[in-house]
Amino acid sequence: MNETDLHFFIDSTVNYFEEVTSEKASAGIPYMKDEEPVVLEYTGIIGISGKRKGSIYVTTSEKMLSSIAKLILGIEEIGKEDIKDLVGEIANTISGNVRQAYGSDFMISVPVVVEGKAKDIKLPDNIQSFVIPITWKEHKSFLVVCLE
Amino acid sequence: MKEKVKLLIVDDSAIIRQAIHKHLKDFDIEVVGTADDGKVALEVFKSSHPDVVTLDITMPEIDGLTVLEEMLKIDSSVKVMVVTALSDKSTGLKAIKLGAKSFLPKPFTPEKLRSSFERLLD
Repeated sequence: MNETDLHFFIDSTVNYFEEVTSEKASAGIPYMKDEEPVVLEYTGIIGISGKRKGSIYVTTSEKMLSSIAKLILGIEEIGKEDIKDLVGEIANTISGNVRQAYGSDFMISVPVVVEGKAKDIKLPDNIQSFVIPITWKEHKSFLVVCLE
Repeated sequence: MKEKVKLLIVDDSAIIRQAIHKHLKDFDIEVVGTADDGKVALEVFKSSHPDVVTLDITMPEIDGLTVLEEMLKIDSSVKVMVVTALSDKSTGLKAIKLGAKSFLPKPFTPEKLRSSFERLLD
């Protein structure tokens, strides 16, 4: 992975928040993931196959997901199932949108959602992962990209 | 009296299904079914005979492009709007070539959804 790859993911993420919430998210400086776990309350994981191989995940807090879901649905009461669903949909949309850069042989899986603070999210050992910190309003989240 | 447009909403995300329903409620539509995977989508399609379908691509069981082909084999008059995160040009062209009437990339704003839907009904 190089800087250009990271920019594709940053642009896709920033665009997601702007389109869905009308409020920009800001991306922090990406860094190489080490053994320190990067996992918050809800995580949406997408497997990548085809031209590139690896995984991408978005990990975030319940509060952030609840705020976004309220904006999408225009209601105040958001259930746990919708919160879980949303983190998968965010991961799916960010991953799907980078096909504009990589083309249609960048294949994405359906999302897998992990609820609760897992020890860490298992990623392929032989590929370097990068962490992109994302801030939307007062909420922090992370996009982790692990691509061949 | 003019009949309501019968709509089937297909997406593996419950949030997206709800959002589509909410943002299209001002049109003269009746939601005749929803489905969260491709297999269920075809079953509901056969039993509910919708006029219009909003269809995701990346779904469990059967992907949306295969579902699109199957739906059109069953009823060639159905109007299908593909709504997908796979926003690259070649996926859009493939969907249109297979017979979709409209292609809306995710993420979408309510305005973009409504204007795409309006064009679909014309």
